[in-house]
Amino acid sequence: MRELLPISLLGGVLGLDVVCFPQMMVSRPLVAATLAGAFVGDATTGVLLGATLELIALATLPFGASRYPEWGSSAVVGGAIAAALHTDRAGALTVGVLAALATAWISGWTLVKLRQWNAWLARRKRPALDAGSRGAVIGLQLAGLTADLIRAALLTAVAYGLIFPVANAIVGVWSFGDQLSRAVVVTIASAVAASAAWTIFHSARYARWYFASGLAIGLLLLFAR
Amino acid sequence: MSTATAPRSAPAPASTPRVSPWTWLTVFSRLLAIQGSWNYETLIGNGVGFCLEPLLRSLPGGVHGPAFKAAMTRESAYFNAHPYLASVAVGALARAELSGVPPERIERFRTALCGPLGSVGDQLVWAGWLPFSSLVALTAFGLGARPVAVILTFLLLYNAGHLALRVWGLHVGWTRGLGVASALGNPVLRRGPAHVARAAAAAAGIAIPLTAARVLNGGAIPLALVLAGGALTAVMLVRLHGRVEGWKLALVLIALFALISVAR
Repeated sequence: MRELLPISLLGGVLGLDVVCFPQMMVSRPLVAATLAGAFVGDATTGVLLGATLELIALATLPFGASRYPEWGSSAVVGGAIAAALHTDRAGALTVGVLAALATAWISGWTLVKLRQWNAWLARRKRPALDAGSRGAVIGLQLAGLTADLIRAALLTAVAYGLIFPVANAIVGVWSFGDQLSRAVVVTIASAVAASAAWTIFHSARYARWYFASGLAIGLLLLFAR
Repeated sequence: MSTATAPRSAPAPASTPRVSPWTWLTVFSRLLAIQGSWNYETLIGNGVGFCLEPLLRSLPGGVHGPAFKAAMTRESAYFNAHPYLASVAVGALARAELSGVPPERIERFRTALCGPLGSVGDQLVWAGWLPFSSLVALTAFGLGARPVAVILTFLLLYNAGHLALRVWGLHVGWTRGLGVASALGNPVLRRGPAHVARAAAAAAGIAIPLTAARVLNGGAIPLALVLAGGALTAVMLVRLHGRVEGWKLALVLIALFALISVAR
């Protein structure tokens, strides 16, 4: 558990990136899980988990006030757990993805709570804001940024601290083979990605033909290897 | 493409107020934190005030003057826009405030900007550029790229578009002021989302099988079964018309699989 502090800080910084600062999408699962894996000493496992999670994350678009999973800290939790368990153990990737998705569920809820807290704080500062106080405007912004950083770091610490021992125990008694375990996870992830692609792009003219052409190229590349 | 109505065009103010490069740098860095206090009541309103504050300091009387305080009150009220395209609003509102445009006209303009800047940005970025960049990076992953190359592919591609959009928005807002509506008719904003959507659809077709193959790391028959199973499940998900969220279904199915693996 020596990695708990650096992982929590990473989760805090990447969780902050999702909405508040700087939204450069270092919080996307592909990046966040790879970085978390690298922190634990296994970036290759991190990127494997990140790619699987990225397929699933394609289905969630961060539209304004809608509730969506906060992938930054959850991908850090999943990437770090999978990397710490090592993917050569059957079930490690599956359990890592499961840990990330469970954390994502909670993280979406914490974002809602943070936004409610921001609104409460803004109401309290209403007289100062109405008087045109620059201190109130800047203070509100800094309070929101700080709270989000703390939220994401705490969430990462709690999730990693609670889930890692359970994940380790689950992988210890995992009964399916590695190939089957990966196949199930990647089937589900591919299905979510394909349905998300359809939902997002089908309204664009000829998009289905572009998808079919891309699929043909993808399959050809696979066949050629 | 957005169906929202763009605010009506108005001529840009004649004289351009002088702003130092340092102030622009400060405004741009604040734009990266525009959603810092996002909430369900004023949305990014406070963020807009936060970004404009360095520019408003040059109003007559400085930060303690009535002009500054009135402008801060106005600009920190409710505002909704895509966070990247909010730079258009920040530039245009700064120009209007520093050019002495009447407050009631600024408020009307501010209200009119909300709709277009939200819907265009959502389509162009969240439903276009972001998934496209992800899928290109997943293609690199599927072709065997190393972890560093995969994340650099994503971050460089995505942020080239992201930062360019923010810089363009601030520039066009500032130079056109209340006449910024014509800039929202830019071909990139009007036709861009459809082009990006088609490119992303093609990228999805390439990336999904390649990514599945690399994660699976198995033979041709297991991969064929995975792709067939994935296609069937995807059709089922599409037919559910959004009644089930994909990521939640993934959570439930993987949890069940883990439970069976542990219990049997």
